[in-house]
Amino acid sequence: MYLRDFYGKAIARIFVTESTVKIMTKETSLEDRFQQYVDGENKVEPKDWMPEAYRKTLIRQISQHAHSEVVGMLPEANWITRAPSLRRKVALLAKVQDEAGHGLYLYSAAETLGADRMDLIKDLLSGKAKYSSIFNYPTPTWADMGAIGWLVDGAAIANQVMLCRTSYGPYARAMVRICKEESFHQRQGYEIMMTLARGSEAQKKMAQDALNRWWWPSLMMFGPTDDHSPNSAQSMKWKIKRKSNDELRQEFIDKTVPQAEFLGLRVPDDALRWNEERGHYDHGEIDWEEFYNVIKGNGPCNKQRMDARNKAHDAGAWVREAANAYAAKQAQKKQSSAA
Amino acid sequence: MEYTLRLGDNALILGQRLGEWCGHGPVLEQDIALSNVALDHLGQARMLMQYAAELKGEGYTEDKMAFFRDITEYHNCLLVELKNGDWGKTIARQFLFDTFNYFFYTGLLQSKDERLQAIAQKAIKEITYHAQWSAEWLIRLGDGTEESHKRVQKAIDALWEWTGELFEMDEVDEKMCEAGIGVDLAGVKQQWHEKTAEILEIATLKKPEDGWMQKGGKQGEHTEYLGYMLAEMQHLPRMHPEASW
Ligand SMILES: [Fe+2]
Ligand SMILES: [Fe+2]
Repeated sequence: MYLRDFYGKAIARIFVTESTVKIMTKETSLEDRFQQYVDGENKVEPKDWMPEAYRKTLIRQISQHAHSEVVGMLPEANWITRAPSLRRKVALLAKVQDEAGHGLYLYSAAETLGADRMDLIKDLLSGKAKYSSIFNYPTPTWADMGAIGWLVDGAAIANQVMLCRTSYGPYARAMVRICKEESFHQRQGYEIMMTLARGSEAQKKMAQDALNRWWWPSLMMFGPTDDHSPNSAQSMKWKIKRKSNDELRQEFIDKTVPQAEFLGLRVPDDALRWNEERGHYDHGEIDWEEFYNVIKGNGPCNKQRMDARNKAHDAGAWVREAANAYAAKQAQKKQSSAA
Repeated sequence: MEYTLRLGDNALILGQRLGEWCGHGPVLEQDIALSNVALDHLGQARMLMQYAAELKGEGYTEDKMAFFRDITEYHNCLLVELKNGDWGKTIARQFLFDTFNYFFYTGLLQSKDERLQAIAQKAIKEITYHAQWSAEWLIRLGDGTEESHKRVQKAIDALWEWTGELFEMDEVDEKMCEAGIGVDLAGVKQQWHEKTAEILEIATLKKPEDGWMQKGGKQGEHTEYLGYMLAEMQHLPRMHPEASW
């Protein structure tokens, strides 16, 4: 059984390497073979042949994901200097640092597809590349640190658990690592909410206010409804995505509503109720106009976030140049001493 | 207690300063590296604040120590409260302070106070790494491009007058030293001068002459910068003095 499985995978791999493809194209197109390979639940690796559109889709998705991790540092970094206890300060700083690490893993995963990290970053800074719109909302109070951990990391997890089984190997493996840390972040965020919800009246109010502000944007994180998500079908076919936006959103709602109840906080949706028949929560209409507006750049913090990224990048230019120049000098010294 | 607080305040204020960099570093890897240094300092600050709070009694906690003392009750040296400036200035400050911290904590390993000795034992690995990291960066910037050389030399020159205080022995230092608890700063000073001279030379940088030196931080006389930092750091717990977080 083991052997058959092993050879099955090895043969499937051979079918899609570039050297053998020419012989095979007569019978079936490369695309069909690729599809069969993916349908067989095999992971695509960097050296394997893949359709150009698959590569492009992945580069776009992984780099967007990387940008989101990096831009996503900003709304939380905003509270590192103001965290209300030393324990919270340390935990928050460590969390934001984790997000930087996630950005790194993901840029590396994108580079296995032939992309260059600096080019990807340039696209972010010029506004050409997108990042998750959720980070264009502000974090005016400490409770936002709780709400982001609980809801935003929570929504990210729903998506990322699915991506642990995505068809592109390096992406799937990066996700496995990232998911572990994300669930830790979520617990940490929930615990902040719990402390506030069990605290003074003012703290409770702070927690409820944060939930009010973050609930709907969190639901929007899953993207447009399935009938308005044109690229989803192809991504599902390639097994990059394995669940639809609406399915993931429903999963998140079903998991999160009881958590809110446990906190004694109210989810800001009058239409929210348990549907016995469906075995899911029904929810109210999402304001898609807001969603598209924030994507277009009209969210409360779009400019602020991009300015911060650009400023850091520009202010760091001389540092990167110096590091490169020094490394080049060292390499030259080594060479001349070897000669 | 005051001796422990001085060490704790150095760690807390520097950790707080470095925390400002998070999300704004010149490249992701270094953003992560500097956050690590900040986390180490904050971890050390917590151990020291807990100890200081125990020594103080009266229901003090690490957080009451950190968030409910005003500027004149802070005992950190002035160097660590200065603004971050650009990457060159932050690296220069780290280099000057980390090198001091390395020799200081090496001395503290011999402390007769068990608790301080244990804290030093735990911190020295981190501090050794910090000293290495900032020295490497100083060399990289000093021997990098013309611009980086200029920037980091300027930073070293500007920071120099804030280093004298690190080696100033006052009554508290004398007493602790005599009791075998504290560290003799005269010894640290010599080691520090030798080490910084060595690294600055490798970095192709000029070691400034010792001139006028600023002081007062250890005794609670601070720059204006610290007031703003404390206002930012302390405002939330002070708004809700009874709350737990
Ligand atoms: Fe993340
Ligand atoms: Fe996270």
